[in-house]
Amino acid sequence: MSNAHYDPSHDKGDVINGIVKRSLIAVAIAAIIFAPTILLKTQVSQISNTLFILYRWEGFAIACGLILIWRVLYEIRAWRKAHTDHKSSSRTQAGENRFGHFVGPVLLVAAIVLPFMPFTDRYILDIGILIITYVMLGWGLQIVVGLAGLLDLGYVAFYAVGAYSYALLAEHFGFGFWICLPLAGIFAATWGVVLGFPVLRLRGDYLAIVTLAFGEIIRVVLLNWRDFTGGSNGLSNIPRPSFFGIPFSQGPDGFAATFGLEYSSLQRMGFLYFLILALALLTFYISSRLRKLPMGRAWEALREDEIACRSLGLNTINTKLSAFAIGAMFGGFAGSFFAAKQAFISPESFNFMESATILAIVVLGGMSSQIGVVFSSIAMVGGIEVLRQLQFLKAIFGPDFDPSQLRLLLFGLAMIIVMLWRPRGFVSSRAPTVFFKEKKSVGSSMISQGRG
Amino acid sequence: MDYLAQQLINGLTLGSIYGLIAIGYTMVYGIIGMINFAHGDVFMVGAFVSLICILIFGITGSTDIVIGIGMLMIVAVIAMAISGVYGWTIERLAYRPLRGSFRLAPLITAIGVSIFLQNFVQETQGARVKPLQALFAGGFTLHEGTEFTVRITYMQILIVVLTIILMTGFSLLISRTSLGRAQRACEQDLKMTQLLGIDVDRTISMTFVIGAMLAAVAGLMYLLYYGVIDFFIGFSAGVKAFTAAVLGGIGSLPGAMIGGVLIGLIEVLFAAYFSSEYKDVAAFSMLIIVLIFMPQGLLGRPEIEKV
Repeated sequence: MSNAHYDPSHDKGDVINGIVKRSLIAVAIAAIIFAPTILLKTQVSQISNTLFILYRWEGFAIACGLILIWRVLYEIRAWRKAHTDHKSSSRTQAGENRFGHFVGPVLLVAAIVLPFMPFTDRYILDIGILIITYVMLGWGLQIVVGLAGLLDLGYVAFYAVGAYSYALLAEHFGFGFWICLPLAGIFAATWGVVLGFPVLRLRGDYLAIVTLAFGEIIRVVLLNWRDFTGGSNGLSNIPRPSFFGIPFSQGPDGFAATFGLEYSSLQRMGFLYFLILALALLTFYISSRLRKLPMGRAWEALREDEIACRSLGLNTINTKLSAFAIGAMFGGFAGSFFAAKQAFISPESFNFMESATILAIVVLGGMSSQIGVVFSSIAMVGGIEVLRQLQFLKAIFGPDFDPSQLRLLLFGLAMIIVMLWRPRGFVSSRAPTVFFKEKKSVGSSMISQGRG
Repeated sequence: MDYLAQQLINGLTLGSIYGLIAIGYTMVYGIIGMINFAHGDVFMVGAFVSLICILIFGITGSTDIVIGIGMLMIVAVIAMAISGVYGWTIERLAYRPLRGSFRLAPLITAIGVSIFLQNFVQETQGARVKPLQALFAGGFTLHEGTEFTVRITYMQILIVVLTIILMTGFSLLISRTSLGRAQRACEQDLKMTQLLGIDVDRTISMTFVIGAMLAAVAGLMYLLYYGVIDFFIGFSAGVKAFTAAVLGGIGSLPGAMIGGVLIGLIEVLFAAYFSSEYKDVAAFSMLIIVLIFMPQGLLGRPEIEKV
């Protein structure tokens, strides 16, 4: 995507010819790409169970038209750019610290007062819990992906380990939530070590695909080991967490009776809300402290240059393993919370798309920006709710069309765009935590972009 | 014994499909050192294009076999062309701008492309599986056993023969043409090749196109062999094909084919003798085992890390 073809010495006719030509090529390519997807839909006939083809010219024309408009706008912008002076714009890096110091506490206060607001109902609490769960998972995965630079595509496996640990321990041994929570974290971390140990010696790309395979292995095992995990029926009747031994029931020993309150099912929701908030804050606290420890420094150094780290005598395997295990542990905590909240788990909750969602949250939030994860989780969960409101699109695209399915499509697109446009994320930059105050000829921004 | 022979035939057929996909992974990895996660989804698109063409051409089980095979060849060419455009576009939009960026960036866009393609096809083609009635159902009986009859279907012969033809053509392309020479040069040293005046960007683009084309044929074969496809087939086939590429030695083209056949055999034999529910686990565990014990694979060179 260079601007090389806009030589100012060319006359206008050539420029317009070029724009028209390239735009037409773009539309032709778009037409080829959309032909087997948007234009020609294979439809299973209800009567004979055979396939036939449905032609959708309108959608096809709209899609191609959009591509044409985009391309022409792009060309015009590139042409303008070539005709204005090139200012070497060194983008000022929005410091995470200043931004975070201001917005973080505001968000925290908002999160704490939310359950006490008069307009808060079950629906809002539910969404709040969902957002905070994703924030926690995002912070957990961020340790692995953002700090240590290890691409983990099977993070949901640790989430599953945590959830099933709680469900199974509670079912077979009658353990309560508060005993299972640390155990779930330990189990998940152990799995992280077991999985990480053999593959962390290899290049980063291999790790990505091995974690992907591992995520699938866990899911297939959960699906087929019916005696132990209940197979596709999942596990139900998982005990709910109690308020330090006091259950949220209507009886005389219940939470409401003990504290002299009127019974309401919202009390449990509120408790779960604060529980996940506390867990998320714990994750936040630990991971932001870890960043400042030698271990965290080593993670960041490893992300930037592995060979340099090894030359300086850093034990890269242990460093990677610790990041992997700690990330997995938080996944395990979140998993056991998930099991406690849902009271029902099945392998379907732990598929690859869930891993992809969490990864998308971390990437969109800016890889290592903690506040970014919060924003991208809010945007994601909020986005799903907005998409759910778009049911009228069914009228246009037919009854098969499910707007809430668009979520992952948009996520995939957003991941690509963020990487191309602002690879260090929107909210803040991912500059190394430690760097020289004085700028040398090679700036830290360039090093962090891999061009140093 | 007969049972084993039958499973070997089935495994060989399945392995041919994996091998063709694996070539795309191994070529791209050899040249630019990244795992193209979207490759499995290009395979899926190839299968969908094939399905659409078969429906448009009206090929059914009752079509005369000679005409039918002729038409299938045309289907294969169309699927290759369209998938090639997909491969080119993906490389151009999602990978090329990131060359020289930090290490994780192209991997993340690759995941993004993969998620996007899966959901795009799910949105546009529907989430339901697409059943295609069997074409050319006949076959030869190789051995009439007392308990078990070993059969090879026309479809299996077609798949294996087509794979051999494609592989021969592909090897010639790599060893004889100037494009193949440029690709081999890029694999050895990208920077030096650029200095010597080879258009590296074009060579990389062509690598993606060729990989996508082979994957498209694999998609057609998958459709014919199993008779059902959906938007998610690229995921597990992709991981298995990648396993095949690693097992054969990543970067090695004959290795990809051998690895593909081995993975096909492992999957089929595991399903036949142990458990068909866990066959994916067997294939995926294979990946982990290979990476632990012989990360350079059967025919690969040990990887030397350069500063």
